[in-house]
Amino acid sequence: MLIIAILAVPLAMTLVAAAFAWRAWIGWASAASSATFLGLGIWLSVRTLSAPQWALHHSLRADSLSAFMVVVIGTVSLLATLFTPRTMRQEISSGVTTARYARHYVVLMQVFITCMLVAVLTANLGVLWVSIEATTIATTFLVSHRRTDGAFEASWKYVILCSVGIALAFLGTVLIYYAQLHASGSAHSASLDWTSVMSLAPHLDPNVTRLAFALLVVGYGTKVGLVPMHSWLPDAHSQAPAPVSALMSGVLLSVAFYALLRFRAVAEAALGPAFPRALLLVVGIASLLLATLMLIAQRDLKRMLAYSSIEHMGLLALGAAVASPLAIAAVLLHVLGHGITKSVLFLSSGEIYSLEGTTEMDKISGLLARRPTLAGIFGFAVLSLVALPPFSLFVSELTMARAEVDAGLWWVVVISLVCLSVIFAALASHTRTMLMGAGAESVAPTSSPASITVPLIGALVACVALGAFSWPLQSLLLHAAQVVIP
Amino acid sequence: MTSTYIATLELAAGAVLLSAVMTLWRRGVRSIVSMLSLQGVALAAVAMVLGRHEHENALLVTGVLVLVVKGLVVPTLLRRVSRLDPRSRESRPLVNVPASLVFAAALIVLAYVVGTRITALSPTSATHLAPLGLATVLVGYFMLVTRRRAVSKIVGLILVDNGIALVTFLLTSGVPLIVELGSSLDVLLVVVVLQFLMVSMRRHSDTDRLTEMKALHD
Repeated sequence: MLIIAILAVPLAMTLVAAAFAWRAWIGWASAASSATFLGLGIWLSVRTLSAPQWALHHSLRADSLSAFMVVVIGTVSLLATLFTPRTMRQEISSGVTTARYARHYVVLMQVFITCMLVAVLTANLGVLWVSIEATTIATTFLVSHRRTDGAFEASWKYVILCSVGIALAFLGTVLIYYAQLHASGSAHSASLDWTSVMSLAPHLDPNVTRLAFALLVVGYGTKVGLVPMHSWLPDAHSQAPAPVSALMSGVLLSVAFYALLRFRAVAEAALGPAFPRALLLVVGIASLLLATLMLIAQRDLKRMLAYSSIEHMGLLALGAAVASPLAIAAVLLHVLGHGITKSVLFLSSGEIYSLEGTTEMDKISGLLARRPTLAGIFGFAVLSLVALPPFSLFVSELTMARAEVDAGLWWVVVISLVCLSVIFAALASHTRTMLMGAGAESVAPTSSPASITVPLIGALVACVALGAFSWPLQSLLLHAAQVVIP
Repeated sequence: MTSTYIATLELAAGAVLLSAVMTLWRRGVRSIVSMLSLQGVALAAVAMVLGRHEHENALLVTGVLVLVVKGLVVPTLLRRVSRLDPRSRESRPLVNVPASLVFAAALIVLAYVVGTRITALSPTSATHLAPLGLATVLVGYFMLVTRRRAVSKIVGLILVDNGIALVTFLLTSGVPLIVELGSSLDVLLVVVVLQFLMVSMRRHSDTDRLTEMKALHD
């Protein structure tokens, strides 16, 4: 019942947004809808601590991992939808968009959010694929929302690359199903259903499973933004409106990563830990190195944030490679911390863009003198992003490093530390020129409206709270980690 | 009965790969789209023949769905786009046509090398044909990488998808119906999205420049 309610809320909001012409209240209603299913998600998390929940004849299923992902989706959508009225008002008044496209935008946002919720709440690994693919369709239009050449190019690249990538994931899913059919011996007990896949997983044919998992890593890895199929990500994230970038970077990547976590468990049960670990280490380290190189000389603010997402997804892959309960719990905490931090950064960079008319970092300077609150939020969010204490990313990265050392992967820790230090220096110097810098003496400081600063500051406080007291989440995180450890 | 079943299955699965290779050979969009249409029909035939042989009604339903979506709707959509775009003929692929055909042959060999490992798990007359599907997937990727025009890229994407569908039918007699429905719908939507993008891009500026993806970079 609870699961159905969680899906019904954004679905109802989609219908409302489709039925009425764009007004500011629709934007606020969509924020209220996000807040509602976030609340229901927290309730669901509590319920799943005792047992997994089912709905609709066992086609929907929520264990602690799903419930945690609902909370992540809810938190980031709440932030993103709170900015919808403002973003639309600015875009309509500056002639970037019209009321008609504002309506499309709100509807597509809700479809996008609903698809992500279905992805984490379905019991079936095939439906998981369908809903992740459906997010591609909704977000393509959101990326091209501004209808500029750059936006069309970005969405073209996005839809081609992601469709191709995710086709591989479908082939991988089909091969798992084939192995499952063979292991069960009859067509009726095989159904791609999570519980039945996991119960048969130790008997899956190793050759087929190996190929399937490799296809799944490359396929879902495309949506996660992992090397080698990452090249859509900086374009799409830099061209989309800020709330869309926040949602894509903050949760869509993690939802695709959630699929990888599930299939990793299947692969580990069938093949033992060595093969999935090797594969995840390779893509994780490659992504980390690529992001480091691209961040050093980055000139565009939103592309910088996009490459930082590739970096963090690489870190998640390394954590998942270790796959001890501690490592997976840290990965999940990292997903939440990164989701919140990255949304704050994308949303405030949207504000910076509307203020400065550019996202080229060379052309932005002295922000701290002109917009002290906004610049302060941005600065602290960058500190959170580079994982300084007391923010939660510090805790999760430290825990992942500890889990990696425990697993004997100290060389992974060394490589990550080197990359993270370089990234720290790069981000610090880029941010410093934007926030400090000369050229703004004559302008009196103006304050940003509370409607944007309050949610952003609240989100940063949440990151600190998560870092300082992860105890409310600890049992949920460890419980969720157990789901994907066979 | 059994020999007719095997012969029909082989013929239909072979037609899927053959039409994929033909799309590499032809340059005019109209003939490429006819090949895709043929491929959709062949794919539907595979699903129906298998469904009849194994008395699986879900597979028969899937076959009808594939026939409508891949044999009819998708080619019609593509034909409409090519009418809008007079320059959609593939005039300068990165790899020329004879070389493409040689590559295609190599890809088919590769598909057999990989495929036999998979089919070893349950050798039946249907699973033996699965490498044909893998080869179609690889040919589709090759098309995506080496062709420049927007329409050709969409065709490559559809080839990849049809190849995966063929593998699915042959190995597993189809995934659960809900998954099959969802994935067919997704593919249809992707084609619609790509069409929309092509049309809007043409309204704004030079499509080819955009689809060659040169403007956004670091």
